[in-house]
Amino acid sequence: MLSAIVVLPLLGAIVAGLFGRMIGHRPAEIITTGLLVLSAVLSCAAFGKIALGGEPVTLTVFTWITSGTFDVTWSLRFDTLTAVMLVVVTGVSSLVHVYSIGYMHEDPHRARFFSYLSLFTFAMLMLVTADNFLQMFFGWEGVGLASYLLIGFWFKKPEANTAAMKAFIVNRVGDFGFALGIFAIFVVFGTLSFDEVFSATPAMVGTTIDLGGFKVDTLTAICLLLFMGAMGKSAQFLLHTWLPDAMEGPTPVSALIHAATMVTAGVFLVCRASPMFEHAPDALMVVTIIGGVTAFFAATIGMFQNDIKRVIAYSTCSQLGYMFFAAGLSAYQAAMFHLFTHAFFKALLFLGAGSVIHAMHHEQDMRKMGGLAKHIPVTWALMLVGTLALTGFGIPHVIGTAGFYSKDAIIETAYAAGPGLGWFAFIMAISAAFMTSFYSWRVMFMTFHGKHRMDEETLSHVHESPTVMMIPLYILGIGALVAGIAFYQYFIGEAEHAFWAGSIFVAEGHNALEARHHVPEWVIMAPLTVTVMGFLVAYYFYIRRPELPAQMAAREGMGYTFIYNKWYFDEIYDFLFVRPTQALGRFLWKRGDQGVIDRFGPDGIAARVMDVTRRAMRLQSGYIYHYAFVMLIGVAGLVTWLMFAGGAQ
Amino acid sequence: MIDWPILSIITFLPLAGAAFIFFFTRAEAAIAAQNARMVAMFTTLVTLGFAFYLWAAFEPDNAGFQFVEKAEWLGSGISYHMGVDGISVLFVVLTAFLMPMCILASWHSITERVREYMIAFLVLETLMVGVFCALDMVLFYLFFEGGLIPMFIIIGVWGGQRRVYATFKFFLYTLLGSVLMLVAMLAMYWQAGTTDITVLLDYDFSPELQTWAWLAFFASFAVKMPMWPVHTWLPDAHVEAPTAGSVILAGILLKMGGYGFLRFSLPMFPLASVEFAPLVMALSVVAIIYTSLVALAQEDIKKLIAYSSVAHMGFVTMGIFTFNQQGIDGAIVQMLSHGLVSGALFLCVGVVYDRMHTREIAAYGGLVNRMPLYAAAFMVFTLANVGLPGTSGFVGEFLTLLGAFAANTLVAILATTGVVLSAAYALFLYRRVVFGALEKPDLLDITDLDRREIIILAPLVAGVIFFGFYPMPLLEITDASVAALVADHAASIAAHASPAP
Repeated sequence: MLSAIVVLPLLGAIVAGLFGRMIGHRPAEIITTGLLVLSAVLSCAAFGKIALGGEPVTLTVFTWITSGTFDVTWSLRFDTLTAVMLVVVTGVSSLVHVYSIGYMHEDPHRARFFSYLSLFTFAMLMLVTADNFLQMFFGWEGVGLASYLLIGFWFKKPEANTAAMKAFIVNRVGDFGFALGIFAIFVVFGTLSFDEVFSATPAMVGTTIDLGGFKVDTLTAICLLLFMGAMGKSAQFLLHTWLPDAMEGPTPVSALIHAATMVTAGVFLVCRASPMFEHAPDALMVVTIIGGVTAFFAATIGMFQNDIKRVIAYSTCSQLGYMFFAAGLSAYQAAMFHLFTHAFFKALLFLGAGSVIHAMHHEQDMRKMGGLAKHIPVTWALMLVGTLALTGFGIPHVIGTAGFYSKDAIIETAYAAGPGLGWFAFIMAISAAFMTSFYSWRVMFMTFHGKHRMDEETLSHVHESPTVMMIPLYILGIGALVAGIAFYQYFIGEAEHAFWAGSIFVAEGHNALEARHHVPEWVIMAPLTVTVMGFLVAYYFYIRRPELPAQMAAREGMGYTFIYNKWYFDEIYDFLFVRPTQALGRFLWKRGDQGVIDRFGPDGIAARVMDVTRRAMRLQSGYIYHYAFVMLIGVAGLVTWLMFAGGAQ
Repeated sequence: MIDWPILSIITFLPLAGAAFIFFFTRAEAAIAAQNARMVAMFTTLVTLGFAFYLWAAFEPDNAGFQFVEKAEWLGSGISYHMGVDGISVLFVVLTAFLMPMCILASWHSITERVREYMIAFLVLETLMVGVFCALDMVLFYLFFEGGLIPMFIIIGVWGGQRRVYATFKFFLYTLLGSVLMLVAMLAMYWQAGTTDITVLLDYDFSPELQTWAWLAFFASFAVKMPMWPVHTWLPDAHVEAPTAGSVILAGILLKMGGYGFLRFSLPMFPLASVEFAPLVMALSVVAIIYTSLVALAQEDIKKLIAYSSVAHMGFVTMGIFTFNQQGIDGAIVQMLSHGLVSGALFLCVGVVYDRMHTREIAAYGGLVNRMPLYAAAFMVFTLANVGLPGTSGFVGEFLTLLGAFAANTLVAILATTGVVLSAAYALFLYRRVVFGALEKPDLLDITDLDRREIIILAPLVAGVIFFGFYPMPLLEITDASVAALVADHAASIAAHASPAP
């Protein structure tokens, strides 16, 4: 039964992918969606049995790679951490499948779309059920592939193709670190299996390894390399640039991959590897700082974007930052809890935005919306639920939305972690909470309230989405309201120890999560206060004085321009990496291969035979690139020498 | 155990087919051509059958040579000696596997001198299989160098516009290596008194001879691989070669260099191998980074794939000179996988070249609109080229990097940047050729894969994915022989390091 959870989506992907054109679109949709719903039902049963019932299982399927002492199998591991992810992944995925039947009903390539969605789900499930780092890497790259295929699904749009490539390549930069981390784990521990690595971890504290000629702390290095992978997949500060562009893909994809599931894989990785991170305090510090900075910085950009999907994308980036700094402060349970609740309300917001975009005939610019609440009241109500959950609205000590339970717990934990890192994270989180409230309400006001800013033609066609699209929204809406209160006690409440059952490791003395119960009252009230402030500011700018934002934008103040241009990351990366790489490639080809190797190699020999005089002239060319090339050979020589001198370890 | 000469049959069956075409298909031109095609197809398929049988009958736990045949030949220590072990047997299978596809891929695209073309390919197959089976240096040398002649002819006669330049360049590069290798072999013969490889493997050459012989063999194998900076013949040769020529060039001929390192350099000259390992590592890393960057700038589809081949071969040389099991297993799997993947990629180029007669990337765009099957197959091979887990390309790349990390972390870190660069050039190519709107007027009525092309590409798609998920049929075969190679190597280093009694 458990293996069916993973296999059913693969089956759907194969049927829709290979035979989609033969059996037609409708059967392909029904088969993939049906299998996914079945998988989701099984996942819920598994959650009950494994997480609530406390019966972890590991199934070994068959050998993958064996080479000497290196031995890796395909296996499926089901513990509480996995079970939580199973519910999130199959739950959101099945709802997105259902939603897509309505959203994509005019697309001529629907079978392919559903095949990719199911393929993604399979890869994600392989990631979360992995029992070793290599299978996790398989799932990791697999979801990257599915993400690439789905972002570029509308292959005629040049922007979509560029965004797809960008997503894949930026992720590969992160995977560069992940792969090195895996190599290091094998060299140090002699295995990649989670249980064996984690049980040997305490013995490695304080040891060092050689990394490119430097002696570095073993566990810190491994954890940071793994975290580099997590930063890529979860779009953290510095490796975040692909996520906003990924919004070129169809909206259901954004909801599934770029909000609820794939981008949380990095958080999952850190939690899964908690037995290693807990012994690497320096790595935890980096995780906290990157998480805190991302939470803050992504929120600033979210405030001034005009594309409804991009606002939500930056919001996702920011919320992932919360999860990371929670993990960095050893509150993995809180990070997973936020991951869990976030999946509901962020998927709801994206699918709700999809419903708006559907109503507006694929218009995503909020400056051309406004006043839609009267026309699509149900969508409005559901978006309102999502907004309340995202802003973490709730009355302390009484009741609140899903986000209230998870986000406030993280903020309190940050404060409780104490001066230094904890308070740094706390300040970032509180500022981000204010901005979250501001941009969320800004979306609501610009989209649903105020004057109509679209043309008459579009307005006359505004309509509520079909039932097949609304049902998933209702279900997610319920989740966004109650997922917090219903699961609080299991994830971070009294039942916490029995629930996690050792699938997350927290070292002695790392008790920030526990200490959050003793923070001062003002800390508990702070999130609600800034949330209300954010609401009021948004209300003032977009309802009371709607002319103000346009005036501010027109003035082009330095701060505004800086943030509006997303801190210029794309431009800086283009200047630092993309262009130099292209130029270097061209240089090495034209000047290296053709200008030097061929000229002095085969062509040179030919020339020597034919014309001695001309050869003499060629040698005295005096071109700068010849010298540059000699330098390159010198570098190769130097590397050789270094390895001689260092001795091959 | 088989008591009939299966290796000689696999080796010389294609030659017999070639002779058959030469003597018995002298009919009217069109009929003769068709008969030549049929004979070639039939011969290569029967050879493939034998090769699969060889694979099945191979005993994985036996680290020594199997299916051995030995007969008197030239006397004085030079004999006709054939045999395969876990390192060579899969290359025999790979050669036999790619051959029918090459014949089928040339079915319609070669219309001039078809009989001669088929004869050249069959002779080439005999020589290539012979390289991997030979257990005598003289025999090996004949096959190894002889294989170049049909390849020169294939490029020089059926090649593109600049075929003479490409052949010439190819020739110049290989000439130097060949001469040096021959001299080294003579020196070894004088010292050891035999050319029998099985004897030479256990022979303890003096450190001085090891150094010089290693360098001489290196000159030959490095050009074949090809390693940076002696790689520039490859892009030109690929661009000018007909599709099937490119498939064989990338799929098999490049592997002879890697095989040579494993058969000669490592076991026969262990001290020199260790001494020069940093040089090989440095050149491998430069190859991976340099040629990946150059690939990024290419405007010709075949050139781009050729440069990517050089980068992938960089992983192979790096893996071999880690001297550990993961590195060498990885190198072998990488070579086998690259044989499938690069062969497939050149076949994919051939598909559109046959229709449009251009290899310019800029001449294409939006092919997916008219050619969904083609786009899907091309995507699978692109991903395998990128080394995505779940494709055969991942297994080899991963194991070589793992081995390299154990040997030298700096090398591994630099080489791992290749995974980012390969993603960049491969996806960039795919995007420009396949994705986008179909706007070029010439492409408006381009047709998707026909049945012949599906038959060629389908086994490759299946193989690339199957071995990605389950590479054990390959790794089981290599395991014992590679373990023995690694152990022997370590033993000879240790024996030399400890002071003589």
